[in-house]
Amino acid sequence: MNYRWDWSILFKDTYMGWLWSGLLWTVIISLASWAVALTVGLLAGTARSAPSRSARLLAGIYIDVFRNVPPLVQLFLWYFVLPEVVPDSFGLWLKRDLPYPEIVTAVVAIGLFAGSRVAEQVRAGIEAVGAPLMPAALATGLRPAQAFRLIVLPLGLRAIVGPLTSEFLITVKLSSLSLTIGVLELTAQSRHVENYTFQGFEAFTFATIGYLVIGLCVTGLMRFIDIRIGGAALRKTPA
Amino acid sequence: MIVIEDVHKSYGNQHILRACSATVSLGEVVVVCGPSGSGKSTLIKCINGLVPFERGTITVDGVSVSSPKTDLPALRSRIGMVFQSFELYPHMTALQNVSLAQIHVLKRSRAEADARSEKILARVGLGDKRDSRPSQLSGGQQQRVSIARALAMDPQAMLFDEPTSALDPEMINEVLEVMQELALEGMTMMVVTHEMGFAQRVADRVLFMDRGQIVEDTPKAQFFTAPVSERARQFLTNVLTH
Repeated sequence: MNYRWDWSILFKDTYMGWLWSGLLWTVIISLASWAVALTVGLLAGTARSAPSRSARLLAGIYIDVFRNVPPLVQLFLWYFVLPEVVPDSFGLWLKRDLPYPEIVTAVVAIGLFAGSRVAEQVRAGIEAVGAPLMPAALATGLRPAQAFRLIVLPLGLRAIVGPLTSEFLITVKLSSLSLTIGVLELTAQSRHVENYTFQGFEAFTFATIGYLVIGLCVTGLMRFIDIRIGGAALRKTPA
Repeated sequence: MIVIEDVHKSYGNQHILRACSATVSLGEVVVVCGPSGSGKSTLIKCINGLVPFERGTITVDGVSVSSPKTDLPALRSRIGMVFQSFELYPHMTALQNVSLAQIHVLKRSRAEADARSEKILARVGLGDKRDSRPSQLSGGQQQRVSIARALAMDPQAMLFDEPTSALDPEMINEVLEVMQELALEGMTMMVVTHEMGFAQRVADRVLFMDRGQIVEDTPKAQFFTAPVSERARQFLTNVLTH
């Protein structure tokens, strides 16, 4: 291989600035879209197991649509198509006045895609682990909503910390899609550096390590939460 | 206390309960027995409205279970229920299990509820297990916590759905002893069980069910010596001779 390695570019002010700014945006987009995903996923997952038929139907439609369309297509739909199909004034506002339009769009698109996946995890946790205790909770005189809030949901959520960790990690990696609508996040900035210096290997090494560190932080955080809420202890089968 | 009148229940075209009628008076202990699939568990779950039924009426302390006007949660809070597989909340300690409904249904303060829970846990012989989680307890201990959880609500009656069927033989007695004490204190109880020894010691009356029907409703003495139905006689021969 005839490649001239030059790690020093990573320490040049301009390029270092680009890469760190990319890393920062990746973190911001990841956290924001995860917040969206978790909120929407909790609501839709709960609605999926609600007594109301219309709530179940509505959540079902959301999950089916958002889980089955490629996230990249969804991103383009939100960014390029939505402003054209809504009433003119709103479309204009989206294109002209919305602050940080690419970033907001990326957060919404990735968040809603990941949310549909989270919703299914939440539903599975509720059905498999929480719901079987519903009769016992009702028998003590708790109202259905109380039984759900105090027993069924907390148990269901404890059961799915593992799968939710994976969803969180997927959300972080999906943030790189936002480069397609012009967000200068970590992957975009690495390409940017490559274009200017022809030292792509170094730049993408930085990106790789950046994603790895974010991922390990996410894994560590979720593990910490799991231990704090006693999820790990619950999954251990009694002797 | 509990009046069951002409209750019918079916899943699809399979009849689970057919024309079941029975009464449990205040302070009475009624044991329900019969072969598997005879509808015992379904019947007892109809009493606190956990299982809906199509026809007939059940009233508890004068309140109809199936009437849409009935405040079912309020009714349930006055009837304790113990399940075959304990059904404790696995993410909570024994104490929290017993306190939860006291706090959220009876609106007792946490301190008040915990004090009551400790007293009741001590009464079922688990005073030292208040901070244990269900997974750290044996089956017999879990079932006693579950009895404590029901008793903490100061129920007017207790329903037991095969409370010892999921237990090792060695642990059955510790649960039966607690139940026997309750019976002696005058608690109104309806107990689905295969423990004929318990029935002989504690029951006032025995209901014998077969294929969704109550085929026998007789005082204990008569049930064990001279059952009316052929099916009950056969059942007794099978369970008492081994």
